[in-house]
Amino acid sequence: MESLVTRAGLWFVALLFAIFMYVNAVDAPFAIHMGVFGLAALAGLVISLRKPDYKALATGGAALPDQSRYDDDLIRTGVILATFWGCVGFLVGLYIALQLAFPALNLGLEWTTFGRLRPLHTSAVIFAFGGTALITTSFYIVQRTCRARLALPGVARFVFWGYQLFIALAATGYLLGVTQSKEYAEPEWYVDLWLTLVWVAYLAVFVGTILKRKEPHIYVANWFFLSFILTVAMLHLVNNAVVPVSLFGSKSYPVWGGVQGALVQWWYGHNAVGFFLTAGFLGMMYYFVPKQAERPVYSYRLSIVHFWGLIFLYIWAGPHHLHYTALPDWAQTLGMVFSIMLWMPSWGGMINGLMTLNGAWDKVRTDPIIRMMVLSVAFYGMSTFEGPMMSIKSVNSLSHYTDWTIGHVHSGALGWNGMITFSAIYYLAPRLWGRERMYSLRMINWHFWLATLGIVFYASAMWVTGIMEGLMWREYGSDGYLLYSFVETVAAKFPMYLLRAFGGVLYLSGALIMAFNVWQTIAGKLRQEEPLRQAAYDPNADRPLAAAPAE
Amino acid sequence: MSPHSTYETLRHFADSWGLAGMVVVFVILAAWPFRPGAREDNEAAANMIFKGDDNGE
Repeated sequence: MESLVTRAGLWFVALLFAIFMYVNAVDAPFAIHMGVFGLAALAGLVISLRKPDYKALATGGAALPDQSRYDDDLIRTGVILATFWGCVGFLVGLYIALQLAFPALNLGLEWTTFGRLRPLHTSAVIFAFGGTALITTSFYIVQRTCRARLALPGVARFVFWGYQLFIALAATGYLLGVTQSKEYAEPEWYVDLWLTLVWVAYLAVFVGTILKRKEPHIYVANWFFLSFILTVAMLHLVNNAVVPVSLFGSKSYPVWGGVQGALVQWWYGHNAVGFFLTAGFLGMMYYFVPKQAERPVYSYRLSIVHFWGLIFLYIWAGPHHLHYTALPDWAQTLGMVFSIMLWMPSWGGMINGLMTLNGAWDKVRTDPIIRMMVLSVAFYGMSTFEGPMMSIKSVNSLSHYTDWTIGHVHSGALGWNGMITFSAIYYLAPRLWGRERMYSLRMINWHFWLATLGIVFYASAMWVTGIMEGLMWREYGSDGYLLYSFVETVAAKFPMYLLRAFGGVLYLSGALIMAFNVWQTIAGKLRQEEPLRQAAYDPNADRPLAAAPAE
Repeated sequence: MSPHSTYETLRHFADSWGLAGMVVVFVILAAWPFRPGAREDNEAAANMIFKGDDNGE
């Protein structure tokens, strides 16, 4: 009862605080955001007051949830939300791809310009889709590998819904023009503070569950998740060190200026790729790939080397985003060298994931989820080769600021992060809702091919257009003047932009098929369909050859 | 001889003792699963997710 009063009291104080901030707000977006905060606090208050069973509380026998089962309520919600955010993020991505081809789609409104929709897209796919999937799968995996229920269940709910509130604030902020203009760290100071709170709570739940584990060994997937949580906390705090102009306004200025600021930003930015989009998703790989293949990871030793290799190398690779800038030359070279060294542990991890299927390669043919996992790990390998190559200064002088970078990012994000998350969703959905299998395996196959073709269209269009514009920018005539004006390169890229958008259509349709498939699975339906592969069998032909009489 | 700036001090530390220390720590951590007798531990850890009648779930 006391805890109930405390909890409701905290929400009430949060509500009053939001109202206070709202009343004093100096700009409209800040007021809107404090309104959102207030509504969230009100929701928290109502839920914490309505949910408890007061009759049971009065008799002193409040029923604990079944301790013999894992705490999966949040994970079920997470699977649905990750699917939803994925579709939203891909849709916004397709829209801004079309905006680049047809500028009229900016609609002449400040809220729908490319500059505001682009961070909406990147944050929707990375933080809403990827982040929700990471929190969801980490909660699933840490319970299974520790053989223990989630620690601090109340805090876990705060983490999950607090993170969704962060997404809502970030997304609405972008449309309203609230941004601190740091790539992948656009949300302003007050949203950053909220995320810090949520993230510390996330660490507490994760470490708490590890501490109450029944297994002596901490499975390697948890190492990756833990490094992801810790490093993102560190990156977030350092990169978002800003001074707000007013405590009641949305605008702030960074503590570090000039090249120091740029270096801190890309130290953050590259490690967001390294620890959010790589380490966290490797946690998924090291659990779901062996489980779906029904065989242990190829080499546990290699997974440990993979882990320490990433930890020690990734953190230094950031300066490769600042080649040929005011950053000291030695720092640029350091970033390049560490990026190239990263190739090795990354491929070690790829080999480890792929070779887990050693002796069961037939599953690639018969199990569309395994097929998706294999493609995902293959894209992990491809993009971790392409990245180091692009970090080489001479290559970077061609590729930087061109669409090649965009293509690289998307082969990693659509191929590696997207595909491993889709396969995790396909793995989880039947288990979480107690179904025999997904509603349709053939739809998974359709999703696989649509997504793969989508990536092929996307990546190849971006390679062509990126290298083309890179070459056009550096083309000199015999008189020593640049041969092409910028707008000529833009015009030359138009057909590639159409192909890229077509790739996006394919990728989005695959995701929509997944959403339908997950929905039908939750509804408890099973599609009657031909199995994916059956060896030919004719009972009539299954007999010995009769001796034919001589003629 | 002017006293070194903080920047130079840190930079010299980073590419001498700092670097050497990190390499040593890295080598120890990466070599740890290869120590003699670790094979069984590694197998047990890899198979932990399939352990028991309930297949590790």
